[in-house]
Amino acid sequence: MANITDEDIRKPENLVYSRTKVLTENIMSYCPGCGHGTAHRIIAEVIEEMGIQDKTVGIAPVGCSVLAYNFFDLDMQQAPHGRAPAVGTAVKRLLPDHFVFTYQGDGDLAAIGTAETIHACNRGENITMIFINNGIYGMTGGQMAPTTLPGMKSSTSPYGRDVATMGNPLKITELLAQLPGTIYVARHAVHTPAAVRKAKKAVRKAFENQKLNKGTSFVEIVSNCNSGWKMTPNQSNKWMVDHMFPYYPMGEIKDTVGKE
Amino acid sequence: MAKVKGSIVIDIEKCKGCEVCIPACPEEVIAIAQQVNGKGYKYAQPVTDDCTGCTNCAVVCPDGVITVYRMKVTE
Ligand SMILES: Cc1ncc(C[n+]2csc(CCOP(=O)(O)OP(=O)(O)O)c2C)c(N)n1
Ligand code: SF4
Repeated sequence: MANITDEDIRKPENLVYSRTKVLTENIMSYCPGCGHGTAHRIIAEVIEEMGIQDKTVGIAPVGCSVLAYNFFDLDMQQAPHGRAPAVGTAVKRLLPDHFVFTYQGDGDLAAIGTAETIHACNRGENITMIFINNGIYGMTGGQMAPTTLPGMKSSTSPYGRDVATMGNPLKITELLAQLPGTIYVARHAVHTPAAVRKAKKAVRKAFENQKLNKGTSFVEIVSNCNSGWKMTPNQSNKWMVDHMFPYYPMGEIKDTVGKE
Repeated sequence: MAKVKGSIVIDIEKCKGCEVCIPACPEEVIAIAQQVNGKGYKYAQPVTDDCTGCTNCAVVCPDGVITVYRMKVTE
């Protein structure tokens, strides 16, 4: 065994993992260690595994993932801030045989786009919504978002979020699960290999559900924003587990499809 | 006895040196290089031959820069 070299192992027949072809070769604009990249990768892998690259349309938001159309090798449409579910509604209604997904941050989905989010989910639009919750506005410099935790520091809450004056964090995912239009609502993360594998299964289910034409599927991914949180990527992942997970617990929140 | 042996290839020009892969590897195969790539990042690289090809590093890599190979070895 001692004389087996890397060259012996690195043969096509031994390949067990390579970058999905549903991502372009462009270097993603995200900070090193940001969960956005991992979230993109699992969505792209699901699309590749389902063989739906040529009939999927993604809706990019405003935020750090505004350039998502450069990273997915898919038909993409960029929407004004918060309006991805409205644009996704239109695309899906015009192209009902296509798979349509929105990809949005918490500022986009849970602040400026709250109305579009709630009404698309309440109408039960047959789309997949991916929600990246990093607790702040990443792109614009780490301002407080509706999702910012009590006591959490941000550039507009430098002494920590004071609930008495700044209000409570919004658990929009739990709220959406109450609506009759949602058929699948789950919350996951992408900070460890096990978490990524679970999140990918949820994303797969959320895409498969579009074949059923029964309503909206929604997957929140609790993520880090190491730049905004001013930590290293590994520190921010630990902070996320210690602080974000107790407030935003992992797991399936609603699954009406599985129960039928 | 059948064993598995793995090998990873890191696209160092696309690696941003975030180090998320380092704690993900159960065999402690990966470390950060002292050299930088074209973007100025100290990139990740395999430093031991203990890789089992479990794919953990590739699965957590935000930039999808790790390719994994695995083969059965009979002693
Ligand atoms: C109508 C409008 N209002 C405000 C902005 C400024 N803006 C750009 S990105 C952003 C916040 C995005 O935060 P989030 O959705 O949490 O995504 P992240 O960057 O954290 O991934 C804001 C407020 C804008 N582009 N358009
Ligand atoms: S600012 Fe935050 S959310 Fe935006 S790419 Fe950097 S780490 Fe990710």
